[in-house]
Amino acid sequence: MLPRAEIAHWLFAAGFLFFGLVLLAEAIVGPDVFRRRRWRAYLWPSLALTAGIWLWVIAIFSTFSTLHLFAHALWAQAATAAGAVQLAVVRGRLVSAYWSLVTAGALFVSGAAFLVHEQNGWLFNRSAFLHHLLGWTLVASMLFPLGAALLPRRAIWAFGFAVTWIAVAAMLFADRDIAPIFGHLSDLAGGGPR
Amino acid sequence: MNELVTSRAKHADGSRTARRGLRVLMVEALGPLTVLGGIVWAFAQPYRVTFFYPEGKGFWDWVVQPPLLVVLVGLLFALLVAPGIVDDLESHERGDAPSG
Repeated sequence: MLPRAEIAHWLFAAGFLFFGLVLLAEAIVGPDVFRRRRWRAYLWPSLALTAGIWLWVIAIFSTFSTLHLFAHALWAQAATAAGAVQLAVVRGRLVSAYWSLVTAGALFVSGAAFLVHEQNGWLFNRSAFLHHLLGWTLVASMLFPLGAALLPRRAIWAFGFAVTWIAVAAMLFADRDIAPIFGHLSDLAGGGPR
Repeated sequence: MNELVTSRAKHADGSRTARRGLRVLMVEALGPLTVLGGIVWAFAQPYRVTFFYPEGKGFWDWVVQPPLLVVLVGLLFALLVAPGIVDDLESHERGDAPSG
């Protein structure tokens, strides 16, 4: 009854798409308007914490491979840490813009985990391709919270961060357990294209 | 002053109103555009929707159908999140106190 990996990825994709739309709306109207209702201010830290908890659940079931277990546990830690720090920022316990560096670090760790735990090349199959693409996207996207920490008043960081999650959602929706990428599917990938 | 020359304050009010209108439009468009994206995807790749190809599909295939998830996310955003943000944008411009 356990869902296939691709099903779990699509569920996360739906969550990240919603998350990206909310962040994009915040970038459009600005934090002053967005945080006029308290529940909205808590939305992104809560979603990050929820994603962290679900990633822990997935880590528990990723026992088929030590590398997958390690990668999912790293993502769970990164999401939990970023969510907890943002929760403290929204509550006013932390005020420095430099706390965005925690989010930047979480994105870097998540991206690096994607890249390290994918053992196959870009064109091995679609899943391998997306692991590489997701990894580099997350590593590059650390520039947005980094920019928010160093130059906090620029709206571009908020837009970039929001679009990153929509792009991550699109990549996760494109994921299949076994499928070709640009006509390439390694014989070692197992099964036929679906 | 005449129809060609207006006060700077009036001109600034006009551009602020236009900017607010654009932001309202952008926030209100996010949900419907997402729904449209999901519908276009469902027609472009019907095999991703279990309702169109039900043979041999299991529980999770019925529960999680990616294009329909995209439509659902767009609807949730359009119905639950966007209206409140638009209301708050308008009340913020009027200088009303925050609610909730």
